[in-house]
Amino acid sequence: MPKLKIEDLEKISEDVKQKMTVREGGGRVKITVHMGTCGIAAGARNIMTAFIDELEKSKVTDVILTTSGCAGLCSREPMITVEVMHEAPVKYVDLTEEKARKIFAEHVLRGKFVVDYALSIGSERIQ
Amino acid sequence: MKEYRIQLMVCAGTGCVSNHSFDIKDALEKEIVKHKLQNEAQVVMTGCNGFCGAGPILVVQPDGIFYQLLKVQDIPHLVEEHLLKGRPVKKLMYVPPVKEAPVPKMSDIPFFANQTLIALRNRGLIDPEKIDDYIARGGYKALAKVLTTMTPDEVLSEIKRSGLRGRGGGGFPTGIKWETCKHVNSDVKYVICNADEGDPGAFMDRSIIEGDPHSVMEGMIIGAYAIENVSQGYIYVRMEYPLAIKRFNIAIQQAREYGLLGKNIFDKGFDFDIDVRRGAGAFVCGESTALMASVEGKPGEPRAKYVHTVERGLWDKPTCLNNVETWANVAQIILRGSDWFSSIGTGDVSKDAWGGSKGTKVFSLAGKVNNTGLVEVPMGITLRDIIFDVGGGIRNGKKFKAVQTGGPSGGFIPESMLDIPVDYEELTHVGSMMGSGGMVVTDEDNCMVDMAKYFLAFTQAESCGKCIPCREGTKRMLDILEKITKGEGTEEDLVLLEDLSYMIAESSLCALGGSAPNPVLTTLKFFREEYESHVRDKKCPAHICRALNNYVVDEKICLEIGHGCDVCKKYCPDGAIVGERKNVHYIDPVKCGKCGACYDVCNFDAIKIL
Repeated sequence: MPKLKIEDLEKISEDVKQKMTVREGGGRVKITVHMGTCGIAAGARNIMTAFIDELEKSKVTDVILTTSGCAGLCSREPMITVEVMHEAPVKYVDLTEEKARKIFAEHVLRGKFVVDYALSIGSERIQ
Repeated sequence: MKEYRIQLMVCAGTGCVSNHSFDIKDALEKEIVKHKLQNEAQVVMTGCNGFCGAGPILVVQPDGIFYQLLKVQDIPHLVEEHLLKGRPVKKLMYVPPVKEAPVPKMSDIPFFANQTLIALRNRGLIDPEKIDDYIARGGYKALAKVLTTMTPDEVLSEIKRSGLRGRGGGGFPTGIKWETCKHVNSDVKYVICNADEGDPGAFMDRSIIEGDPHSVMEGMIIGAYAIENVSQGYIYVRMEYPLAIKRFNIAIQQAREYGLLGKNIFDKGFDFDIDVRRGAGAFVCGESTALMASVEGKPGEPRAKYVHTVERGLWDKPTCLNNVETWANVAQIILRGSDWFSSIGTGDVSKDAWGGSKGTKVFSLAGKVNNTGLVEVPMGITLRDIIFDVGGGIRNGKKFKAVQTGGPSGGFIPESMLDIPVDYEELTHVGSMMGSGGMVVTDEDNCMVDMAKYFLAFTQAESCGKCIPCREGTKRMLDILEKITKGEGTEEDLVLLEDLSYMIAESSLCALGGSAPNPVLTTLKFFREEYESHVRDKKCPAHICRALNNYVVDEKICLEIGHGCDVCKKYCPDGAIVGERKNVHYIDPVKCGKCGACYDVCNFDAIKIL
């Protein structure tokens, strides 16, 4: 990888936004599995595996599956965030593999929230 | 409070912020001043509206007009038309669809709504193993700003003005620490990130590293630039944090590939690199001099600090050590300015660096509270707000008893003091401390003598043994506490316990011994009646100290509900339970060893504690 120049920061930033945010193209849905130590201890790896499995089975290509750190509410792990294009992100909590598969079928593929498992919609305020 | 005719609610949720809602805010304020509306209209930053797809969003109250997808160039027209002439701008308005999501908004959930994110600003949003994700959220912009537009002195004065103080425990003003280190004459200096988070129930630093390692590293690079003559930094992480170590190593590797670490960063002639050093899990290595000894490969023991580490630290060179969270704040202060940072929090730091607590503090909320997890709140918020609003109150509707702040060497704060603001001085004043930010909540079922014993047992086991007050003193204190919980304590023991506490606090070599008696002192002060009932009445009010419990069988429940099920008899190790199956059982108080096994196994709650 070549050494960065200061101008490159903005370019990388734009590139990532193009690729990673569902708002500006690339994927239609982004699934983030929160994988801090708390999430992993609560079973986040199984959730991840379930999504990988569902992705392979359904053969959809417009879903971005990614990981991130602890979202703060450790007592409700495993947690994921599902963000469908043009919609606010939805956080699901206390997940199991079955719940994850249901969320994939309902929310990711058909765009319908799974209200029973959802904690909240939207994102946090930044100071 | 001043009343405004119009409130302009700009969304500051992460979705809108990444779509430049802060630029919208600046543009609005500029236009408001231009039209001399500053006494009538106020710009307010709100939590997420849940319509991130249409961001940045502006809601004009009291009319409730909802503008979407705003651009900075729309603002002059919008302010002139709507605010001045009272004509909402149709083409920028959003017509909400009829369906309303039945899921609560993030900003309606107190756990999230009452938090203020600076150190945790990227939590849950970026992939910590991808440097590009960090850059996309404004990462390394502060470094670019520092290297292109600021001298080291300017960086230092910005940090000093911000009022940032050490987040690892002591609350030493960061700017002064940097300055002292900078003014020591030496060609070689070091910066260190202390990630040896050892407090039971504390996991703030681990989460920051696991979620956003680059934010810590960017702070270190900026610190090294400001202090000057620093070309090497170390991150000291405890071995028990394998994921944090892995993510730091990945982050360092990626930063090196991008040239953000190494020689001639951004071609500005500044060299700096970082390496990870793993600690073997000794609690005392969180202490600065013990940590440096450990990095050097020596036994992790502290030394007397007649000469501070900023003068002679690692390998006898001037060394600036800060905690993970402190470093994570640095880049944001550089980007947003010291005025912004010092506008949050308590007191005034413009004249006296110890005059207030600025910015936010991350706490790991644990214990008997509903929402356990990681919370970042502005300094000055009350403990009550943290526990009851953010934390959602006590589990199972139980009564709050005390909260311990600052890790195993912090003190317990009772209900009557929950309204004190979170502030370095206030917490020290009541006998506790900010510490690294562990917060353990206890309820009516906790015995305070037992809690004090638990934490003292921890610090006692972790004492390195170098100085006598800590090595011997804490051991004797623990002996006394064990005696009390076994019902063998006397009134004189309480006096001795208190005497020993002050003695150890005063004469120990480092802060481990210096603060180890805190849990005992505060519980003695605020919950003395519990000690007295252990000592005088030989009773534990919370029924935790089992040696003080008298177990009896409620005959009615045993026979009528349990039908003499016989389970307790099977589990009793002392053969103290008599009675046949389908008949009432009794406990022989002479044989009973008071282990409580019968109490735990009875399915009908027929065993009672007297």
